[in-house]
Amino acid sequence: MKKRYDLLVIGGGPAGAIAARTAAKKGLSVCLVEKRPAIGAPVRCAEGIGQAVLAEFIEPDERWISAEMTGSVIIAPDGTTMRLESSLAGNKVGYILDRKVFDRELVWQAAEAGSDVSVKTRAAAPIMEDGVVKGARLEYCGKVSNVTADVVVAADGVESKFARWCGIDTTVPVSDIMSSVQYVLTGIDIDPHTTTFYLGNSVAPEGYLWVFPKGGRSANVGVGISGKKSGSGHRAKDYLDRFVHKTFPDGKQIEFIVGGVSVCQPLECTVADGLLIAGDAARVVDPLTGGGIYNAMFTGRLAANVAADCIADGNTGKNALMAYDTGWRTSKMGRSIERNYHIKEYLIKLPDEKLNAIIRSVSKLNLTEFSTITLIKELMKVNPKLVVELGMLVASLH
Amino acid sequence: MLKVHRDICGYCGCCVSVCPEGSLELIDAYLCVEKSCTSCGICAKVCPLGALEVVHEKKV
Repeated sequence: MKKRYDLLVIGGGPAGAIAARTAAKKGLSVCLVEKRPAIGAPVRCAEGIGQAVLAEFIEPDERWISAEMTGSVIIAPDGTTMRLESSLAGNKVGYILDRKVFDRELVWQAAEAGSDVSVKTRAAAPIMEDGVVKGARLEYCGKVSNVTADVVVAADGVESKFARWCGIDTTVPVSDIMSSVQYVLTGIDIDPHTTTFYLGNSVAPEGYLWVFPKGGRSANVGVGISGKKSGSGHRAKDYLDRFVHKTFPDGKQIEFIVGGVSVCQPLECTVADGLLIAGDAARVVDPLTGGGIYNAMFTGRLAANVAADCIADGNTGKNALMAYDTGWRTSKMGRSIERNYHIKEYLIKLPDEKLNAIIRSVSKLNLTEFSTITLIKELMKVNPKLVVELGMLVASLH
Repeated sequence: MLKVHRDICGYCGCCVSVCPEGSLELIDAYLCVEKSCTSCGICAKVCPLGALEVVHEKKV
């Protein structure tokens, strides 16, 4: 590791890896640090991503694809089911990834592009000069070193600390954290190409429970509930254990995964002098689905591009770097976060009876585009009441 | 004070994200609690596993 880089990236998940890969390909000197001893582990993810959006960043490879999806099923609190399929016949709509291998591949690509990589390396504090971020104090196996950079990208995930140390409030509201537990189960009877979502207050209050196939008779089976609804005796693990006991009593648990997923609005500002915040650390997870991989890669790439431009111009102050904040906010991704936050806020308030009625209104949907917004639009066609109740949102839906 | 039941903790960082004081930090597989912790209990509420507990010290 050198003492000075153009770009220092903190965190080796999808946001950090894509930032490092993008910047290194542009010829910047880059260092990516990851506090854990291995990239990709432990997994903190249900591993689902849309096929089309993934292709923006990487060629699909069977080494890190656990299963291909062709549709979804949504199960109402009363057991009514709704099947979602793509109107393009036989088209796969998404993947369940193997994040341990996927994340490693992304970091390898960053390294191949020329980025330095340092694992088991923790950013313990920012280096600040007159309020400007100039680098980070790094700890590696008891050794402390100061590494300076023109721009630092904080891509340190849901448990992000770096931006907070730089004076930015990153606290996630209790009602906007999905407290989550997931088991990888094997030996269970599932449709290996369909993702299943269970809704309802007794299954997953203000969240959902998922079964995401992982190949053969295995699946990620997990639940996320609102932090507001979590407490002693009724935590995410309690809900998941009850479901698994009832639905997959013979399933063998081969991995135990825990996590918090932020479903809040993004940070008010994701930029400071010398600093860009990307991925989960910026709170850019899709608030409706809880999906964060694509948004992380999107912000990681944009952060690197803006950093490269600003470094070339010799100005890495907040005003110049703001092109990053404005860029993702006005993008399709940014607009869908804003819209989906409000849709989520509406949906979590629906009583089970209303969810039952909406899901009962149509047993099968062929979607022209396999996205939540297309689904909401289709549901509004058959549930005119939704149009009224979604009120202000309607404008942005059309 | 905040007690971390390390045999239960899944070191996921969920608690770190909701701490209003920034008093928690996850260093690989170890959750650190700093002195600034006010024992507000928000972290204990959201923990997916119930690994955190606010323990009230006995007054002498």
